[in-house]
Amino acid sequence: MLNYVLSRLLTFIPTFIGVTLISFSFIRALPGDPIVVMAGERGLTDERYAELSAQFGFDRPIYVQFWEYLTGVLQGDLGTSFVTKRPVWDEFFALFPATLELSVCAMIFAVVLGLPAGVIAAVNRGKLFDRALMSTALVGYSMPIFWWALLLIIVFSGNLGWTPVSGRISLMYYFPDATGFMLIDSLASGQKGAFASAVQHLLLPTIVLGTIPLAVIARQTRSAMLEVLGEDYIRTARAKGMSPGRINGVHALRNAMIPVITVIGLSVGTLLAGAILTETIFSWPGIGKWMVDSIFRRDYPVVQGGLLLIAVMVMVVNLTVDMLYGVINPKIRKR
Amino acid sequence: MTLLRIRNLSVDFATASGAFRAVDGVDQDVDTGEILAIVGESGSGKSVSMLAVMGLLPWTATITADEVTFDGHDLLNIDSRARRRIVGNDLAMIFQEPMSSLNPCFTVGWQIKEALRFHLGLNRRDRHARAVELFEQVGIPDPEKRLSAFPHQLSGGMNQRVMIAMAIACKPKLLIADEPTTALDVTIQAQILDLLASLREETGMGLVLITHDMGVVAETAERVSVQYAGQKVEEQPVGDLFDVPHHPYTAALLDALPERATERMLPTIPGVVPGQFDRPQGCLFSPRCKFADDRCRSTPPPALGAELGHARCFYPLNTDERIAS
Ligand SMILES: Nc1ncnc2c1ncn2[C@@H]1O[C@H](COP(=O)(O)OP(=O)(O)OP(=O)(O)O)[C@@H](O)[C@H]1O
Ligand code: SF4
Ligand SMILES: [Mg+2]
Repeated sequence: MLNYVLSRLLTFIPTFIGVTLISFSFIRALPGDPIVVMAGERGLTDERYAELSAQFGFDRPIYVQFWEYLTGVLQGDLGTSFVTKRPVWDEFFALFPATLELSVCAMIFAVVLGLPAGVIAAVNRGKLFDRALMSTALVGYSMPIFWWALLLIIVFSGNLGWTPVSGRISLMYYFPDATGFMLIDSLASGQKGAFASAVQHLLLPTIVLGTIPLAVIARQTRSAMLEVLGEDYIRTARAKGMSPGRINGVHALRNAMIPVITVIGLSVGTLLAGAILTETIFSWPGIGKWMVDSIFRRDYPVVQGGLLLIAVMVMVVNLTVDMLYGVINPKIRKR
Repeated sequence: MTLLRIRNLSVDFATASGAFRAVDGVDQDVDTGEILAIVGESGSGKSVSMLAVMGLLPWTATITADEVTFDGHDLLNIDSRARRRIVGNDLAMIFQEPMSSLNPCFTVGWQIKEALRFHLGLNRRDRHARAVELFEQVGIPDPEKRLSAFPHQLSGGMNQRVMIAMAIACKPKLLIADEPTTALDVTIQAQILDLLASLREETGMGLVLITHDMGVVAETAERVSVQYAGQKVEEQPVGDLFDVPHHPYTAALLDALPERATERMLPTIPGVVPGQFDRPQGCLFSPRCKFADDRCRSTPPPALGAELGHARCFYPLNTDERIAS
């Protein structure tokens, strides 16, 4: 097992360098010059431009810039934001809890609804629930996030007035962010109504972000269950007189979890991508919004550092998923 | 005493190309403590008829029968909850592929203890003790250690022993073994059959042995039921069946046995079991029967009396002067 983890970690190295290169070139490939953007409408004299250019190191050849960036990254230095002058690392960790909170809630939403829905659909294959669920899942899967968010905002915030439109908590409440997770901080603050307000703010972004993973998980669970339910060992369990609930929920689901966990792992990437859009729509102060803002400002260090960190997270999640296979189905450990 | 009594059992499958009758009007009796063998070529409905008794057929199957009773329970009109109290408890079944019949995600110990908990309500300690005892009974060496093994860590023969241990865990009155040795090596096959026969001696349970191996039948069974294309075509005590087969299909099966071959070439029965689209009008065996005439081809023969082995044939063999029809 340890060997396996180490060998997997080794394969991280080329991926890591590749991601560094892509994130480095991606933002530079966009038209627009960070110095010009920073200067804004006042404009710049040529001398001032050259001075700033030298300060940021843009006057040197691009491969030198990349090499410096790469060596910096390997020493844990992601650089400093052009705009705020704060280290990228610090900014990231100040904003990351907000994104993590939203993503975790969205994933819980997707798993808690998607898993049972998929199981029930598979067990009632071809019946009304199954058909309804599969068509809904198809719609959910192909729904543009932006449009879906607006629809929910119009209905629940606009018409019904149940949920707020933006932010993480009502301005009525103030407390220091000890953990950065609003649900925890609001609860710890002891202020009446703070937690409820945090939940209310989380609701729509969670649904918006969780919809696609929900659809994917439900469909995958259903198809994995259908396959497993035809296996010989399910017949054995029935021959033992086990109840349908136990057969579906224990004997079959455990086997069906392998492909389901795979899509859950893959959804993490989708989720972080979706978080960028969702956070922008709901003015959610997380890394998604931070990245979008930084792209507009051509804040190179932030964009390349942010992309890199997101990529590393996705890689770590995938590794964790691979190791979970062996825990769930010991046969897989034995390769 | 009759333990399992089946009258006129039929099973139809709904398929994409229409209904298909896999079991056609089968009668069967199994007595307490007896070994009944069901033989027939592949596709003759041996498995399906017993799966119907167990209630393990998929929803595409429609079961009709005049009677299916087991140990005083009417299995035809039983609700699924009551059936689950019988199945896996008094009525158990093992299958052809031991490897795929065990769940790869759980240890074999977990899988055997599960039945002990649900049917017998044993506590953790007793479950463990009983599981060890069962493993010893089916000849699994080092049971304590084997209990925590996963199926893929054991051989096919060991897995079949695990399956048998699981099936006899609640001391069933009847064990249905569906080709329990087909997937195993020849030496292991004999061991498993010996095990089943000796367990029958020890526990006094009835045993239904499904097989297409006449050699296995000769060594193990007491009574034999021959099935063809979903119908029972003959049934006799094992000695009589081998000595005086009445149905031409039984005779052909016996002729195909290596030790009975008179020529150098092994005679096989030409043709195959009819499927969904080539079911003959009259006798189902008529396309392959060397005695077939026009009557056979147009009219289905009824089953004859017990003295003629219930043979479904117009012209039974070995009738010693008795007149058949
Ligand atoms: N679920 C099903 N749907 C449709 N047809 C089926 C199904 N299960 C079995 N059959 C058909 O029923 C017939 C009898 O099958 P069965 O498995 O009982 O044969 P068998 O005598 O046990 O043969 P074998 O020696 O191959 O096990 C076969 O033609 C088979 O194709
Ligand atoms: S009824 Fe005719 S065709 Fe059928 S088995 Fe008897 S002799 Fe052969
Ligand atoms: Mg079979």
